[in-house]
Amino acid sequence: MAETAETLLTVENITLRFGGVKALTDVSFDIRKGEIRAIIGPNGAGKSSMLNCINGFYHPQEGRITYKGQTRKQMRPYEAASQGIARTFQNIALFRGMSVLDNVMTGRVLKMNSSLFEQAFFFGRARSEEIAHRAKAEEVIDFLEINAIRKTPVGRLPYGLQKRVELARALAAEPDLLLLDEPMAGMNVEEKEDMSRFILNVNAEFGTTIALIEHDMGVVMDLSDRVVVLNYGEKLADGTPDEVRSDQAVIDAYLGASH
Amino acid sequence: MLYREAGDFKTSYAKDQALIPIRQDRVMLYICIAIALALPFVANDYFLGSIAIPVLIMVIAAIGLNLLLGFCGQISLGSGAFMAAGAYMAYKCATAFPWIPMPVSIILAGIATALIGLAFGLPAVRIKGFYLAVATLAAQFFLLWLFTHVPWFVNYTMSGVPTPPPATVLGVYVTGADAPNWAKYLFVLAFCAGLTWIAYNLVRSRIGRTWMAIRDMDIAAELIGIRPLWTKLTAFAISSFYCGIAGALWSFCFINTVEPTAFDINRSFQILFMVIIGGLGSILGSYFGAIFITLFPILLNSAPAWFGLEIPGNIITNLEFMIFGAMIVFFLIAEPNGLARLWQLGKEKLRLWPFPH
Repeated sequence: MAETAETLLTVENITLRFGGVKALTDVSFDIRKGEIRAIIGPNGAGKSSMLNCINGFYHPQEGRITYKGQTRKQMRPYEAASQGIARTFQNIALFRGMSVLDNVMTGRVLKMNSSLFEQAFFFGRARSEEIAHRAKAEEVIDFLEINAIRKTPVGRLPYGLQKRVELARALAAEPDLLLLDEPMAGMNVEEKEDMSRFILNVNAEFGTTIALIEHDMGVVMDLSDRVVVLNYGEKLADGTPDEVRSDQAVIDAYLGASH
Repeated sequence: MLYREAGDFKTSYAKDQALIPIRQDRVMLYICIAIALALPFVANDYFLGSIAIPVLIMVIAAIGLNLLLGFCGQISLGSGAFMAAGAYMAYKCATAFPWIPMPVSIILAGIATALIGLAFGLPAVRIKGFYLAVATLAAQFFLLWLFTHVPWFVNYTMSGVPTPPPATVLGVYVTGADAPNWAKYLFVLAFCAGLTWIAYNLVRSRIGRTWMAIRDMDIAAELIGIRPLWTKLTAFAISSFYCGIAGALWSFCFINTVEPTAFDINRSFQILFMVIIGGLGSILGSYFGAIFITLFPILLNSAPAWFGLEIPGNIITNLEFMIFGAMIVFFLIAEPNGLARLWQLGKEKLRLWPFPH
């Protein structure tokens, strides 16, 4: 899938500091259109910080981010979302008081443009949009096989399903770039298999580019086209799963160094 | 309930998204509307003027605060002041432009209050929770101070508490001393019904979802592309719009004076209690809360007489406060999600009845 060499996103020399703590130091890599790109590294390596820089939640002090050909010093959350970057969170960040369906519909919020007046009286675009976007939301719900729980409040769902609903909410935005922050953390083997299947299907069917943080090496090696390894905020290695797996620095730092 | 959803299948998203998807619920609504419309013919003047009208007006205010607190998660202790703003704005509008029909004046007052609410909602962009509550207290004190100390707001009336001008709708007086209670009741009912419908529309549309997203997880909402600033400010504006209309109606159709004491901090707390006891994030709950908080003191007041007990008035008043306070505390411990949650639980139980599962 990564054969189209077109680059979707490039981060160059990103440095992010929180006071005296350097979360990221001079990190550069690129994400090609249509690929599944894994970001791995030990705890505290700066993986989530990297995602937060990409979608504009953190603002790196140095470096540049080029997305869809536009170079910026930093992204802004609204800008990132409206340009097609969606994400899920390491600790589930669903809207707990809302139903599954409402969560998914909220993912489409940027695609709705009815005015306040139309919404207040529920006529015109407000009415037609609700129906059209409901159909789109149902497609995603169907795709992720969460039909049976669509009207359940999210807070009542088990952990594995919540993770899936979060993916649904991100997918509902029809993103070009999907950032998944540990989509399989805390799942059992079957749930991991399901989630892996969904990720591969999203990539294959919608052509969505995916950047993925994951700790399960088996999953990373199986799913991803290319892997970037971070350690203490610095880039350690970058390449195909096989290259990364045989890289001595990576082995020492992370994969199989004996302690 | 005496019915079940089974068999009521939907064949289109439009039908599934209808405001009231279950047919029997719709019938219930029609019955409620019919009762509300028939009330002037059967109820006595005291009931209409002293119970029905204030309850309906407080429902509007409670829905307003519920949109802000229950749906958008932004606390406000300034609802009373926003009601005052609505009352004074409606008074200014009705006296400065007497040719504007009264309903339009009241809506204009609501819009003016929305703008005031927008200004006082600005702190919400930076602060949350208790700090925001304290910031909105500023609105409460500042606005009331403004209305008492700037004579322009009362058209330089000597007493400082002017009477709203009488006005007619379809040839019948709805405001002023001559207005019959049934006309005032229907006038208030129309506002209450319309604003309830609008509130339901708002919370099921995009804007309602963005409010709830900000309430539940503001960081995730922002990364989805929801602008927190805009979302919180619309919630403040629309909430103030509701409070403003409630305040205008309170002055024009209930107490028949425009005075600041009707809208002091106690009023703000009263509305807050209505929302909390009725149920945060439930529009039906606002009805329950407003009815409960308004009627319960009246009930406590008249209950001893029913049992033939002769208790002096001052003791009754104090007992009323004590029992009322105890009820609120008990209630918040027993069911923090309010009367709306109790209603929902009851419905769920009755669906299965007589089986336990």
